Amino acid sequence: MLPFFQEEFGNPGSIHSKGQSAKNALEKARRSVAEILNCEPEEIIFTSGGSESDNLALNGILKKDDHLIISAIEHPAVLHVAEILEQNGIELTKIPVEKNGILKIEKIEKAIHPNTKLISVMLANNEIGTLQPLREIGKFLQKNHPGILLHTDAVQGGGILDLNVKHLKVDFLSLSAHKFYGPKGVGILFKKKGVKLNPQISGGSQERSLRAGTENVAGIVGCVKALALAEKSRNKEFIRLKKLQNYFVEKVLAEIPKTRLNGDAEKRLPGNANFSFFGIEGESILLRLDFEGIAASTGSACASGSLDPSHVLQALKIPHDWLHGSIRFTLGKSTTKKDLDFVVAKLKKIVKDLRAISPLV
Amino acid sequence: MNNWLYSETVKDHFLHPRNFLSGDEADFAADGVGEVGSPACGDVMKMWIKVKDGKIIDLQWKTFGCASAIGSTSMLSEMVLENGGMKIETALKITPADILKKLGGLPTNKIHCSVLGDKVLRAAVKNYLEKKGEPKKKPSKIICVCLGVTERELDLSVAAGERTFAEFQRRTKAGTGCGKCVAKIEKLLAKKIDQYSDKTCCSFCKKDCPSKTSRTND
Repeated sequence: MLPFFQEEFGNPGSIHSKGQSAKNALEKARRSVAEILNCEPEEIIFTSGGSESDNLALNGILKKDDHLIISAIEHPAVLHVAEILEQNGIELTKIPVEKNGILKIEKIEKAIHPNTKLISVMLANNEIGTLQPLREIGKFLQKNHPGILLHTDAVQGGGILDLNVKHLKVDFLSLSAHKFYGPKGVGILFKKKGVKLNPQISGGSQERSLRAGTENVAGIVGCVKALALAEKSRNKEFIRLKKLQNYFVEKVLAEIPKTRLNGDAEKRLPGNANFSFFGIEGESILLRLDFEGIAASTGSACASGSLDPSHVLQALKIPHDWLHGSIRFTLGKSTTKKDLDFVVAKLKKIVKDLRAISPLV
Repeated sequence: MNNWLYSETVKDHFLHPRNFLSGDEADFAADGVGEVGSPACGDVMKMWIKVKDGKIIDLQWKTFGCASAIGSTSMLSEMVLENGGMKIETALKITPADILKKLGGLPTNKIHCSVLGDKVLRAAVKNYLEKKGEPKKKPSKIICVCLGVTERELDLSVAAGERTFAEFQRRTKAGTGCGKCVAKIEKLLAKKIDQYSDKTCCSFCKKDCPSKTSRTND
């Protein structure tokens, strides 16, 4: 991607050769994504990230009095857009998930109304990593409700799960580059041919007039290169991470008492491990880990701007004295078994220290 | 670490908490115990005090909460025990602002965490006085569980001329925990302003007294 910051500075919208060179790079990137998603290049829209892709899909499809179905654990980029749309007169149904963080397809079936226009269910959850039954939903809709559109926020699955849109049977799919080691600020929206979408950024005719604005050529080239690299080793990396995940989860649960894994143990992203530690608070754990050079995140109220615990953990109906002590670890391509041993050793001591000063333990 | 979220003082107290109860509760043999907060809100503080000749000579605590909650309880314990202990009357005068100042400030969305500190100390002192046989004051109803804010505080607020929830919240931090109490307190506040206005203002107050409208909307 680096040449596109300097010598290859052309604007893809220009007719001169510098412009055409940038345009060629852009279209090559588009073909490359299309190959990975098993779709046509014309079905790819480049955006500024997963949030924009989600916003574009939902806002570009739904009109007043349409019905939208989403899962209760969607990323805020879907959840908040849906809530705003609801205030503006669309009908919204949030499908609760089971205690394992996975939604039951029967609940979607029951929620369908004659005016249901779009269903949006994430491929994998961003906090607890649970995999949603997207293929089953797609198959069901194709057979019984071919008129209802299906969108998936697949941001968490980028580079690690199968993104073949023919397998998933989706009409829209959102991706974000930084989730597969690409640059921040670049995203992708797959939109099935023939589906009418209203642009949310209007102006020039870039991205087939569905997303105006001069293209972020360097970012897009970097995004697609990263996706192609991830795709090459995707299966191998999935198996490697799955093994590490099993090792890590078993070790944490075995060595730290009063600990639970949030979300289904099997049907989850191989890089996600979300735990709750009884009687202590997530932000404290996170900051202590930070001092050891370990970066984690928490869904506890104290660490969020809103002072509310995460809607995902609340949807799992975790008791309060566990809920606030949740920590998410993410395993990635540089994670080794040795790293995980280091984390467990530090974590053990931190949990012990914090429990020593907790009135709940 | 250069990019630490809190002040160096908070960091020090968070990583090396002072005066927390490390042994058995019974061994400490406290003269008064207080507890505030709730697990649902994400903060619980418990405090044990020992009193001699009207002075708090020993104090221990336990806190379930974030770094600022732990840091502020630890700091409070140090403030009370400095120079051989603080007189009860002086200790009761400690405000969240005092703790905050000693901590070198807290991020704005964390300030509510320091409010529990003085509350738990008050609760422990109250328990001590009751045990000692001082006449039990009728406890005021808690209107915000997370921050332990009482109805009496709301009465005082209205009497002092505060007319909006925002003013009340700025001082007491009520409703900054789980937030579930906000609607109820707002309603109660409107009622109290109404009652207060009845006694102090003109006969139009019950309907749409212009002075009342301008006061409640500022």
